[in-house]
Amino acid sequence: MLNYVLRRLAQAGLILLGVSFITFALLYVLPADPAVQIAGRSATPETVASIRAQLGLDQPLLAQYWNYLSNLAQGDFGRSYLQKTEVSTLIQSRIGPSLSLMFFAILIELIIGLSAGIYSAMRRGKLSDNVVMVSSFIAISAPQFIISIFVLYIFAVKLGWFPIGGYGRPIHYVLPALTLGILGSGWYSRVMRSSMIDVLRQDYIRTARAKGAPISRIIRVHAFKNAVLPIIAMIGLDIGIFMGGIVVVESVFGWPGIGQLAWQAIQRVDIPIIMAVTLVSAIAIVIGNLIADLIAPFVDPRIRLK
Amino acid sequence: MKTFKQIMRRKVAAVCLVVIFLIFTAAIFAPLLAPYSPNEQFKDGLTLQGAPIAPNSQYLLGTDLLGRDLLSRLIYGARTSLVVGILANGVALLLGTTIGLVAGYLRGRLGSLIMRVTDLMMAFPALLLAITLAAIFSPSLLIVALVIAMVNWVQVARVIYTQTIAISEREFVEASRSIGASNRRILVKHILPHLMPTILVWGTLGIATTVLLEATLSFLGIGVRPPTPSWGNIIFENQTYFITAPWLVFIPGLAIITLALCFNLLGDTLRDELDPTQRGRQ
Repeated sequence: MLNYVLRRLAQAGLILLGVSFITFALLYVLPADPAVQIAGRSATPETVASIRAQLGLDQPLLAQYWNYLSNLAQGDFGRSYLQKTEVSTLIQSRIGPSLSLMFFAILIELIIGLSAGIYSAMRRGKLSDNVVMVSSFIAISAPQFIISIFVLYIFAVKLGWFPIGGYGRPIHYVLPALTLGILGSGWYSRVMRSSMIDVLRQDYIRTARAKGAPISRIIRVHAFKNAVLPIIAMIGLDIGIFMGGIVVVESVFGWPGIGQLAWQAIQRVDIPIIMAVTLVSAIAIVIGNLIADLIAPFVDPRIRLK
Repeated sequence: MKTFKQIMRRKVAAVCLVVIFLIFTAAIFAPLLAPYSPNEQFKDGLTLQGAPIAPNSQYLLGTDLLGRDLLSRLIYGARTSLVVGILANGVALLLGTTIGLVAGYLRGRLGSLIMRVTDLMMAFPALLLAITLAAIFSPSLLIVALVIAMVNWVQVARVIYTQTIAISEREFVEASRSIGASNRRILVKHILPHLMPTILVWGTLGIATTVLLEATLSFLGIGVRPPTPSWGNIIFENQTYFITAPWLVFIPGLAIITLALCFNLLGDTLRDELDPTQRGRQ
C-alpha cells in the first residue's frame, strides 16, 4: 500500500514538473517582451534592459526555468504586468470564493447527476428514461456562457428572485452554483445510468430480487456501492472541466474568484496571471486525480493496487 | 451505407442528421439564403435612440447593436462555426490517431513515453490552455482552429492507443507479420481499418466539443474576431444588450446548442451501432 501511495505521489510530482515546464515555455515563446510591457511604451532602451536584467530575462533558458521553478516552490508566481502586484497575492485573495463556489456546484452536480442516473437506469427504455437522457445531452451540449446569461435573464432580470451578480450573502451562490451544477450533472447521469444498468444485471442482484427484497433496498444496499465506483474517478477528471467553466460563470455573474481574475487578465493580455491560474488549476486537477486514485482501493477492495 | 441505414432507423439520430444537413446547406449557400449582407449597417437598422430593433417583417430576427441583420449574420456565422469545427476536429483526429496508433503499436519505452505526454496534457484544464494559447497568438480563424486541435487530440490519442494495443495482439496481425509484411503495411492495411468505427464516433462527438469551445473562446473575446460573424462572437458583441434585446444573445445561443446537441446525439448513436461492447445497453 505504502508503495502504491509513494508511486502515485511521484507520478503526480512529475506531472506537475511537466506542467510547470510547459507554462514556462509558453511564457518564453511569447511574441511580446515582458520587459517592454512592464516598462511601458515610452521607456528608454536602458530602462528596458535594466528591467530585463532585474527579471533575469537576459539569462539562458534553463537558468531562467530554474529561477521560475524555485520561485514557484516558494509560492512566487511572478508579478502582474499591469496590476503591479504579486500574482500570488491576487490568487490568494481570489481562491476562497472560487473554492466555495466549486464545493456547492460539485455537490449539486452529484446530487442531480446520481439521482437522475439511478432513476433512468430503473426506468430503462421507458419514456421517462429517454427524457432524462436527452436532458443530460442538452446539459452536455449547452455552453456555460449561454446558460449563465439565460439564467441571469430569467431569474434575476425578469423575475427578480435573485441578485444580478455579486458575492457575499448565501443568496448570491444560488444562480452560479446551480448553473455549474446542472450543466455538469449531464455526464454524471450518463455514467451513473450505464454503470447502474451493468450492476443491475449481476447475479447477486437477481438473487436479492428472488429473495423478495424491495427494489429501493436493492438499489440502496446492493447496487449503489458498486455502481458509484466510476463516479469517483470521474470527479477527479471533472475538476479540469470545472476550472474552465468557472472562468465563464464567474465572469458572467461577477463572482470575485480566480476565474474572473483570469478573464480580466485575458482582456488585458496579462500573461503571468493567466499562467498562474492555469498552473493552479493543473495543481487542482493533479491533486483531484491523486485523491480519487487513493480513495478507490478503500471503496473497492477488488482494486488490488498493482 | 449500412451505417447510414442503421442511423436512419433511430428516430432521434435521423432528426439530428437532417438538422446538421440543413445547417451545412445554409452555410454553403449563405450568399443565396441570407436576406442581406452580414456586414452592412442599415440606417433604419437601429431605433432613434440607437438601440437594436426587435424581430419584424423586414428583419426576421431583428438587428444587432450596429444595425446589421441578425439572420444574415447567423447564416454566415454558421460557416465560421462549421469551418472551425471541422478543421480543428480534423487536425485533432489526425494527430490523435497517428500518435495513439504509433504509441499503441510500438509500445515499449517510446510508446509509454508518448502516453506520459498525454497524461501531462490531461492535467491541463482544456479551456484554460486554449485561452492561454489564444491570448499568446493573436487569434485568426486558423489559429483558433489549431488551438482547439491542440487541446482536443489527447482524448482521441488515448482511445486509439488502448484499441491499437488490443488489435495488435490479434492473430491476423501476427500472421501478416510472419509472412513479412512491413510495419507500415500492417498499420495501414490491417490495424487502421479496425479503428475506423472509433474514429468515426470520435470525429462526430469531437465536432460538438470544438463548436462549443470555439463559441466559448469567441464569447471571451479571444476567438474569431469581429466583423467576421461566428455564433460565439455575435453573443460576445451583443452581450451588453441582453436585457433590452435578449434575442441577440438567445437566438445564436440556441443555434450553438442545437448544433452541438445534434452532433452529440449522432455520435452517441454511432457508438451504440458500431461498438459491439455497447450493444444492448439502450
